[in-house]
Amino acid sequence: MNRIWIVMLCAMAGNIQPAYAYTIYVSNEKDNTISVIDGDSLEVTDTIEVGERPRGIVLSNDGKYLYICASDDDHIEVLDLQSKQVIYNLPSGPDPELMSLSADGSLLFVANEDDNMVTVIDTVQRSKLVEIPVGIEPEGIGLSPDGKWLVSTSETTNMAHFIDTASLKIIDNVLVDARPRVAQYTPDGKEVWVSSEIGGTVSIIDAASREIKHKIEFAVAGLRPESIQPVGIKIAADGSNKAYIALGPSARVAVVDTTSYAVEKYLLVGPRVWNLEFSPDQKRLFTTNGVGGDVSVIDLQKQKVLKSIKVGRLPWGIAVNP
Amino acid sequence: MKPLSLIQSICAIVALLVSAASIAQTKLEVDIVYLGRQTQTLKPLSLLDTEVENNGISGSMLGLNDTQTTGSFLNHIYRMEQVIVEPTADLVSTYRNLVAAGKKLFIADLDAADIESIAALDQDVLIFSIRAKDDILRNQKCHPDVFHLPPSRSMLADAVVQYLVWKRWNKVVLVTGRHAGDRAYATALKRAAGRFGLKIVQEKNWTAVPGARRTDSGHHSLQQEIPVFTQFKDHDVLLVADEQDEFGEYLSYRTTRARPVAGTQGLQPTSWHRTQEQWGATQIQRRFAKLANRWMTELDYSAWAAVRSFGEAVTNTGSNEPEVLREYLLSKRFKLAGFKGAPLTFRNWNGQLRQPILVVGPRMLVTVSPQAGFLHQHSELDTLGFDKPESSCQGF
Repeated sequence: MNRIWIVMLCAMAGNIQPAYAYTIYVSNEKDNTISVIDGDSLEVTDTIEVGERPRGIVLSNDGKYLYICASDDDHIEVLDLQSKQVIYNLPSGPDPELMSLSADGSLLFVANEDDNMVTVIDTVQRSKLVEIPVGIEPEGIGLSPDGKWLVSTSETTNMAHFIDTASLKIIDNVLVDARPRVAQYTPDGKEVWVSSEIGGTVSIIDAASREIKHKIEFAVAGLRPESIQPVGIKIAADGSNKAYIALGPSARVAVVDTTSYAVEKYLLVGPRVWNLEFSPDQKRLFTTNGVGGDVSVIDLQKQKVLKSIKVGRLPWGIAVNP
Repeated sequence: MKPLSLIQSICAIVALLVSAASIAQTKLEVDIVYLGRQTQTLKPLSLLDTEVENNGISGSMLGLNDTQTTGSFLNHIYRMEQVIVEPTADLVSTYRNLVAAGKKLFIADLDAADIESIAALDQDVLIFSIRAKDDILRNQKCHPDVFHLPPSRSMLADAVVQYLVWKRWNKVVLVTGRHAGDRAYATALKRAAGRFGLKIVQEKNWTAVPGARRTDSGHHSLQQEIPVFTQFKDHDVLLVADEQDEFGEYLSYRTTRARPVAGTQGLQPTSWHRTQEQWGATQIQRRFAKLANRWMTELDYSAWAAVRSFGEAVTNTGSNEPEVLREYLLSKRFKLAGFKGAPLTFRNWNGQLRQPILVVGPRMLVTVSPQAGFLHQHSELDTLGFDKPESSCQGF
């Protein structure tokens, strides 16, 4: 009898928090803060002060810590999400911008925009493992799903470098259009999508042959082509065959079919849309709108923008904690 | 894995080079000549500004470094030779010798007359002009071999005037200096005022020949002279055309009425400025400072953009032939990432680099033109300067 009561109590306690409660973290580049957004109410619940010019953010695998590229402080900050305190810094080399965490959480791969390096950080030893020289202005960092490959982009060299994560050596370089920003593997690991901000395209690179098999171009009626500047890329892993591409100053997110590469729709979000992240169930997509100063919430089933949430100034990076 | 070791770093560098070689296409050598004429550098009026050394050349060096990284992955080798002639030397014969020696790609740090004189030889070359801002070189005297990297005076004037119109500072007065360049700048400002609906209520020329730039107790006389000179009808802004920095800097805070100064001093339209760090420009500013130990000037920016444009064209065509490069540069495929928010392209009717213009105060970027609301059927960047229907350039 007592046991049943306990079970019931636990069930009730469980009901107080919805089953799919999740949290969205947004770095505000200008305010030096992280906005915390509740996934249910879609309200900002907290704003945490961090180091100078926070840009790329990544969650630890256990969801307890947030790694933050504090670009102007030249290190990665580790934010304890429970205490909301930065508990220590990782040595990243100058001007860290974007990063990826290895599947086992032991390595952080960081692009040092000012230093022409990709820095590999041992997150356990909290030390710099190696620096890999790449092209000028490294930016995007994309890990293959099997963790064997790292693709890094160089904005001024206009290349995607394919790095073997075992040897930490560059194996190949692929020339893409001007100012490549984000590199993202498809969930099956067969393709790498690279956005070119100034070129205005997304190159689809065949991961095995490392040849460009397609280039996606964009056009929005009534908008000058210069304003269409692809940056963030997210490719759905829910079988919907859709990818989402943030188009910068045009304030649009393009919805792309991943089999035909056709652009199906442009969703209006906010100006200078930078980066994107899915909700854990992949039913929603969140966008950071830099100049807009807000986060747009997109309902992916209806393909509609639900709401925009005011955050700090110049929101940039985004991470979702399930 | 072990902590960072020097050997690992070295291995990584070697790996980069080895892999670069492994994807090597056919080796291609690209020779660029930086052709200039010695000029007397002006002492700036403000003590905060220093005389600039290697103006332009340092920009081209940075462009070369940036371009060579891509080149090293593709087995394209870039070389740049600097040929700077004496103030009175015969430039044409120097140029002729260079062309005879097989040089085809030129960065011309020259004034309009020199550009005209070398272009007139009609060689199989590309000349990237980085200094001359003259509208006439882009209009009546345009030439198919010559591309223009700096904005023309009319582009600069349109950029600042669009902002004044956006601010509804509609009434202006204009003070013009004693040089031909000042008059050309004033003409561009008047054209911009006419196009965008700004009213020039009064004009005056500043004819005084400057004395010593740095005198003891100089401010006493200026405090008396400038209010007398600036007794204009009511206006919102004082426009100044003083390209050689002879007097424009004296105007701010000394005018009869409390009015801001804009043009060659005060609020200035420019292709590049140290206060510009948007759109990733932080990196190029830092790279430049590391290389040259000074700030990057407009001329450096044009020189950088010139080398980068050559590089982009070579990278994407695999050729070093002027004709092939020219076609690529004028095509829709060419988009240069120039750290100003929009891709930089060339106008196919006169070879002018299409670009946003920064409008800056002495210590801060104020805005970037074109301004919102100035519309165009093709590119809003073409609201700056002579648009295709207005251009008198024939046969570019």
